[in-house]
Amino acid sequence: MALPSHAEPIDKVYYYGFRFVCTLIFIFLIAPIFVIIPLSFNAEPYFTFSTGMLHFDPAAYSTRWYQDFWNNKEWIHSLQNSFIIAIASTILATTLGTIAALGLSRPHMPFRGLIMGLLISPMIVPLIISAAAMFFFYSSIGLSQTYAGIILAHTALGIPFVVITVTATLSSFDQSLVRAAQNMGADMRTTFFKVILPLITPGVISGALFAFITSFDEVVVVLFLSSFEQRTVPRQMWSGIREEISPTILAVATILIAISVVLLVVVELLRRRSVRIRGIRE
Amino acid sequence: MAQQATLPISGHELPADAQSLKARLRKSERTNKWRAFLFVVPLLLFILITFIIPIGSMLYRSIDNPQVVETIPRTAAMLADWTPPDPPSEDVFKTLVAELRSPPDPAAIGKLAVRINYEVSGASSLFRKTERRLKRLDDAAPYREQLIKIDKDWADPELWAAIKSLDSPLTGSYFLAATDMTRNVNGEIEMQPGSRQIYLTLFWRTFWLSGFITLMTLLLGFPIAHLLAILPLRTGNLLMILVLLPFWTSLLVRTTSWIVLLQTNGVLNDLLVWLGIISNDNRIRMIYNKAGTVIAMTHILLPFMILPLYSVMRTIKPTYMRAARSLGATQWTAFWRVYVPQTLPGVGAGAILVFILAIGYYITPALVGGQDGQLISNMIAYHMQTSLNWGLAAALGSLLLGAVLVLYFVYNRLVGIENMKLG
Repeated sequence: MALPSHAEPIDKVYYYGFRFVCTLIFIFLIAPIFVIIPLSFNAEPYFTFSTGMLHFDPAAYSTRWYQDFWNNKEWIHSLQNSFIIAIASTILATTLGTIAALGLSRPHMPFRGLIMGLLISPMIVPLIISAAAMFFFYSSIGLSQTYAGIILAHTALGIPFVVITVTATLSSFDQSLVRAAQNMGADMRTTFFKVILPLITPGVISGALFAFITSFDEVVVVLFLSSFEQRTVPRQMWSGIREEISPTILAVATILIAISVVLLVVVELLRRRSVRIRGIRE
Repeated sequence: MAQQATLPISGHELPADAQSLKARLRKSERTNKWRAFLFVVPLLLFILITFIIPIGSMLYRSIDNPQVVETIPRTAAMLADWTPPDPPSEDVFKTLVAELRSPPDPAAIGKLAVRINYEVSGASSLFRKTERRLKRLDDAAPYREQLIKIDKDWADPELWAAIKSLDSPLTGSYFLAATDMTRNVNGEIEMQPGSRQIYLTLFWRTFWLSGFITLMTLLLGFPIAHLLAILPLRTGNLLMILVLLPFWTSLLVRTTSWIVLLQTNGVLNDLLVWLGIISNDNRIRMIYNKAGTVIAMTHILLPFMILPLYSVMRTIKPTYMRAARSLGATQWTAFWRVYVPQTLPGVGAGAILVFILAIGYYITPALVGGQDGQLISNMIAYHMQTSLNWGLAAALGSLLLGAVLVLYFVYNRLVGIENMKLG
């Protein structure tokens, strides 16, 4: 919305003042993320810009904290754990969540509100309560301090995101396409794999990505349920921040930012594709 | 429709036919219902086992009280006739010694001691000390004097009142403790003295800090959402990335960034010193206190305010504002009287969402909150991991859960959970 040529001075003040305020808020939003990236290349073991860095002296920059990360068995082990746990819980959550969403979006679903409420609850309940509750229950059945326990817990936490995104996709899904397919002689299976699935795939994938990031970023449940063996990256960062804070954390943080940028781009592309193939105009 | 179509043809046979059609329709609807339900069953079972049952067992733990009933049931029963302040009769002591000498399992007395210690501090060491000397007690002499000789705490009416009040398999005592209440010697409920009211203070702090953070996110989120909504779609989408990137970035990464930025030798203080705004000796303490919690949480929760606001603001037609202006309203009047009322659904949705998330926050206050920036979640974690008073942790958790569920109910009425926007 450009400023019209006949704008009065007061309108100009409002126009530029508003944009100035917005710029400041955008800086507040994004600066914390961008400050970390150059600092992770600091040659000194400090958390602030050295004089050399401010003068763009190449000697003040180094990749030592990245090497430190790469050569540290604990960090690499926790990175492996993070991926194993996140991928396993994503697969579980996406499969169960998509099947349930297919049922939930049928017109005849009984007790829809109640069931939806139960399925969404892991997203609503504060994490500390979920973690405490899971700790009590999982210890009593021997699942605490095991990979299986953490994977099950993370699956539960990821399911609401899958259910919400997939039901949202299905709600804008044109049911007459199913009837058209069956009219032309397709059986249930063909209809599902050739008509329904391709159309809801973008929704399923973005649900899966939400489930992945939920698990990949989760630390409270891991704090309560994991032993040293199952430490994940966020868990390792947590003790890094609390105990022996080292710039290696900044290198890890930068890597995690890179991962989230990739995920963000994928979700955005999927959203556009989903809009395009269903012919919805924004 | 089918009924109408058959009407001219089948004449008087209509009722029977329509009935069978109705029955067939109902039957097929029932089959459809079951088929839809079958799709949901696996997930429902999964969530029940991995999530709902654990939550239920936590709620149960907040009232579960087996220790006294299982270990010293007869002693506790005999206390029904006891009145403070004198210690109970010799009979009670005799029963107690007998029951302590034959516990149901070897760890039972330890558990009992820990349980009573939650009510009367010092009870744990009292029981351990007594347990060690049980064998050396002179069975001919009165136990009452011997036990009081071992430790004069055995004459303390508060101890006996505590045992008496715990004589039931379910108890409200964890909830009393979680709301800073206690039973006095006569079994009446009273408030803790002011200096020991830690939990109500903490609940109160959690609520007002969350409210303040919600207000901050609204103040910062409103202009941004407005800007994104009025910009052309392409520019708006581009700027939206600046909102979504923090949303997708790891919570721990963002918390680390704030530590790096705000600590006394951090980037922001360095910048202020360099600009000459503060001197090197007067660096501002912006983290490891309430300010740290507020700044970091406002940043982390801001996208949750912007996204619902944005989706409401996009639907507001700019023509309304123009109409108001052309009817003579000033810019401010048009904004305040015409635009803002239309954004209220978004404001409500965003505010409740941010508030719900804020009152349950744990990680950020734990890392940047210092002493006075801790919230109720941190106290739950403390009782889970350090003091090991799991009953109290469960009671505090149940109270927090209750608050969240009430807010969620309001949110669901206002927005409907399915309309929640995810990125």
